Amino acid sequence: MRDRLGRWDVKYSPYLYVAPFFVIFGVVGLFPLLYTAYVSLFDWELIDDSPSFIGFGNYVLLMSDPQFWKVLTNTFSIFLLSAIPQVIMAVLLAALLNTRLRFPTGWRIGILMPYVASLVALGIIFANLFGPNFGLVNGIFELLGLDRVDWQANRFASHVAIAIMVNWRWTGYNALIVLAAMQAIPRELHEAAVVDGAGPVRRFFSVTLPLLRPTLIFVIVTATIGGLQIFTEPKLFDAMPGSNNGGSTNQFQTVTLFMYQSAFEREDLGYASAIAWVLFVIIILVALINFLLTRRIASAGEGRR
Amino acid sequence: MTVFPLPLRRSRRDGGPVGRANVWVYGLLIAFVLGSIFPFYWSFLVASRDSSMLTEAVPPLLPGGNFFDNVARVFDTVPFWRALGNSFLVAGSVTVSTVLFSTLAGFAFAKLRFRGRNALFVLVIATLAVPTQLGIIPLYMAMAELGWANQLQAVIVPNLVTAIGVFWMRQYTVEAVPYELIEAARVDGCSMIRVFWHVCLPAVRPAAAFLGMFTFMMSWNDFMWPLIALNADNPTVQVALEKLQSGHYIDYSLVLAGTTLATIPILIVFVILGKQIVAGIMQGAVKG
Repeated sequence: MRDRLGRWDVKYSPYLYVAPFFVIFGVVGLFPLLYTAYVSLFDWELIDDSPSFIGFGNYVLLMSDPQFWKVLTNTFSIFLLSAIPQVIMAVLLAALLNTRLRFPTGWRIGILMPYVASLVALGIIFANLFGPNFGLVNGIFELLGLDRVDWQANRFASHVAIAIMVNWRWTGYNALIVLAAMQAIPRELHEAAVVDGAGPVRRFFSVTLPLLRPTLIFVIVTATIGGLQIFTEPKLFDAMPGSNNGGSTNQFQTVTLFMYQSAFEREDLGYASAIAWVLFVIIILVALINFLLTRRIASAGEGRR
Repeated sequence: MTVFPLPLRRSRRDGGPVGRANVWVYGLLIAFVLGSIFPFYWSFLVASRDSSMLTEAVPPLLPGGNFFDNVARVFDTVPFWRALGNSFLVAGSVTVSTVLFSTLAGFAFAKLRFRGRNALFVLVIATLAVPTQLGIIPLYMAMAELGWANQLQAVIVPNLVTAIGVFWMRQYTVEAVPYELIEAARVDGCSMIRVFWHVCLPAVRPAAAFLGMFTFMMSWNDFMWPLIALNADNPTVQVALEKLQSGHYIDYSLVLAGTTLATIPILIVFVILGKQIVAGIMQGAVKG
């Protein structure tokens, strides 16, 4: 009897241990995503008992909605303005941290501070710093004899300000990940390069960078998935707090903010669901392209070695 | 956005620092750290003064004496005590359950043999690519259907366990728990769950602790879903902060007192546990 119980235990208990994840993910991850696709085929108002089926109507509408193209452009603009400088700065910062330092852990904690800040607090603080009239950034600009910038009203300036927020939060974190990869590079490789007469800059580009490839792929792909879904920063950056417009002419509204506005302000769940699915497909595509590109660029570097 | 260090291989310490730090390195690092800290300081600076400081051409650089007045006004304006309690409750229960379920599943994937194990594990990794943020509309409809709108379980239940947590614990358990120990416990007549509790759990405690801190921070700072699921009279801290800011006229001393207040608990945790958090991120980072 005890033996039988024991065998059952060995055979079936593992399923019990992994079940919570699959149940929860199925209910709150996979099912909602699929059901979103279903809802997107209906003209579905928030309080609606019998929504009418309209097929791809929402998608057709979306493709001819100038606001959608505008928010898509905004999203990519903010994403590129944040991802590119972020990765470059993270690699440089990691190179700085990878020298023989006093108090190495202290410096690492210092640059990681922004990572623990709440995005909401951060959004409010930066909205204040970039305020058009009394913002500190414009104050400094004025002291330096530069023109004030209306960070909320000007489309490009608002993208820069939001990208700075994103970079402020994530650069230190990414730098630590890159640093860990740098430390895993065998010392002999550097020594061999020194023997071959390579200076520090040459060593960085010919030894360090190619070996960072998998890490850079990881950093870039996660930055893509997160960056294209950006929501909190543009929501809080608005000069009209509480608004979901992303500025008076949607100049910094992102796709996720547009989705939120369509669903919970305009109460058009079908339309919002179509936005969600288009964004999902875009994210997967861009992450894939990034993955392939990063692999190719980094392996080109390896070939030159 | 929730990103988590991806553990693929444990740190090989065969590299180490390259070159000596000179004045330039220290100078640049100091600039980076000052930049990192500045927004926190600014927030406290405004919170400790009168809003009129923002109209001055050259703002004062030292804190004033109004911090506690401004904090008191925060508690008058929004239900901040309630928000703090809600945030602790939500982040606390999400943390306990994520750590428990992730450790259990990690143990099964790392050390137990069962049919379909590899396929199921690949499925766990595949789910990392699914942005759950995009499924919020049906989730909202489901919560309304269940009558959970504006109740804390609407925020807790969807976050009970994460793919990244399962993945992280599995990677750690593979190396931290020797098969011999499991065999020995089995020979002594331990059931699987007792093996988990008495053999596996003690061995993976450091990884579980890191997962716990990480989950707590993420949950504490979560905004989009709580904003949808809860309303202004039963908020989490983040939702309360947003409401604090969204009046017609923004009183920045009041609002930034709120942000300072919301940041202090997490900063204290970070200062105490910073070393472990840094080590955890670096240990989990992807290696080539």
